[in-house]
Parts: sequence; structure tokens; C-alpha cells
Amino acid sequence: MLEARIHVTLKPSVLDPQGDTVRSGLASLGFTTVEDCRIGKFMVLRLAESDPVRARAQVDEMCRKLLANPVIEDYVFELREVAG
Amino acid sequence: MKCGILLFPGTWSHQDFAHVCQDVLGCDWGYVWHKETSLRGSDCLILPGGFAHGDYLRCGAIARFSPIMDAVVRFAREGGPVMGSCNGFQILCEAGLLPGALLRNTSLQYRCGWVHIRTESLETPFTRALTPAQVLKIPISHGEGRYHAAPETLARLKANDQIVFRYATPDGRITDQANPNGALENIAGICNEGRNVLGLMPHPERAAEAILGSEDGLGLFRGMLDAIAARPA
Repeated sequence: MLEARIHVTLKPSVLDPQGDTVRSGLASLGFTTVEDCRIGKFMVLRLAESDPVRARAQVDEMCRKLLANPVIEDYVFELREVAG
Repeated sequence: MKCGILLFPGTWSHQDFAHVCQDVLGCDWGYVWHKETSLRGSDCLILPGGFAHGDYLRCGAIARFSPIMDAVVRFAREGGPVMGSCNGFQILCEAGLLPGALLRNTSLQYRCGWVHIRTESLETPFTRALTPAQVLKIPISHGEGRYHAAPETLARLKANDQIVFRYATPDGRITDQANPNGALENIAGICNEGRNVLGLMPHPERAAEAILGSEDGLGLFRGMLDAIAARPA
């Protein structure tokens, strides 16, 4: 069985006020080295699919069609083998 | 039925729209449940505000896959008048019927209150009854209304006169202070290239009676009904 771990993030050109607020929160805690913070989403899918090539194509399509909005978001994912 | 009001689980403004249709304008209307596949002969469509499907993942992202949406897309592509307000606007963007996307307000706060919007284009069925640069007093109620589009999309919106409303001061000036959510260039509402699909964050249905503070939203309904009357059957 394969597991897909997907990160969805706002495109660099899109303002992320939530990330800015978290960065200033970290700064007020003394973590002054944080120059930028972007908030995104992390999704884990377990797939009834053992072929990584097919799985990769499916997950890519899922990201394009639903999990990310290409107008504002980018996505990356990795696949890994997990016990079924 | 003249006016079809779409209903998703989590829609909340449908009764206000129904009230305006029935009690203010006296026109036929009916709800269309999201699991249906027919628009029941609607002559125009309204996608009301709310939190369709809990706004899970992204606002409007799940609603886009409701069974009724195939019929909505077909109706829009055939030139039928469609108005999406608030969450309805978000759904229309997710469905690809309008360009761009709506993001978290820059303030990170839910904004609920009266705003003013300036009419930027009369070339839609909904705004034909308005006057150039007419300022409407109209409420907003949203946490994710910051309109965003890529530079090339914005350029296309401008070239095609698709920006329909901008947040403005009561006397019609476009300022940062008048922008309640950080929207790109104060954009409050846009239409598609075919000009028959309008999306806007404000709520025209809550500005349809003087006793409630404004009837500036009525012009959009009147324009829509005029357009239906003029459309060949």
C-alpha cells in the first residue's frame, strides 16, 4: 500500500497575512531569525494502489482537480510504502 | 419558475434571496437542491452566501463538485444569467466560471458591516439598470473575500471591462480605507467574458428594503429580471 504526503502552499506571489502574523508572534517570543513564514496544508492519503507510477499520476490529478487551486496554490507530494 | 436559488448544505442567505424575490419583487422563485441535476426550468440562477459544505479545504472547493454544478456550468455557458454573492462568488471562481480566487481577508478578521461599492461597468444584465459610477450602500459578511488574480488575469479583466464593482468611499473614491478585505485593486465584483455571470462579495439581498438600511441592491435584481424578460424563450 502506498501513502501520499501532500504539501499545498500559497504561491510566492500571494500575500499570506496568516503567515505574517505567525512570524511576528515568533518574533515576540524571541525567535528573531525567522525572516518569512508561510502557512500551508499537509494532507496524507492512503492509496489502494501498489504501482508508484500509477499512484503518482493519480495523486497529481487529484492535486490539480481538487486538493490545490492552481490560481493561488502550489503543491508537492511524496509517495512512500506503508504496511497495508 | 423564474429565479432558481441554489441550496447547498451550509448555504445561509437563501431565505433572504427568496424573501426579496417573493415579497419585494413579487417574482417566481424556487430552491434547487445541490443533489438535483436539473435546474427546474430556471430562467436565472442565484448562488447565495454561506458556507457550502462547511467551506472545507477551500471556500467553494467541494460545492463545485455537487451534482447540480454540471447543469449550472451548462446554463452559464449558454448565456443564462447567474449571480453569485459571497460564498456563491467563491463557488463560481472554484468552478472556473469566473477567473481568480478569494483569499483570507488581510485583517484575518471576519468583516460584517456596511460598505460602499462603485459600479464600474453597466455592461452586464445585473447592472444595466444602474447609472455609471453609481455608488451602492450594501453589506458584506465574510472572512475570505480578498479577491486575487494573477497579473495577466487582471490585465484581461481590465481589457474586457470585466471589473463590475470596486469598494469605494460613500462619494465614490477608490481608497485603501474603503477596502474591507485587501482585495486586489478594491475589486468587489467581476463578470465573465460572456458578461452573463456575476460574482460579488457584498450581499444585494440584504440591501433591498429601505427599512433595513438600504435598497441599493434592488437594481441588480431588477436588471436580472429585465434581462430574463428580454431573452428569447
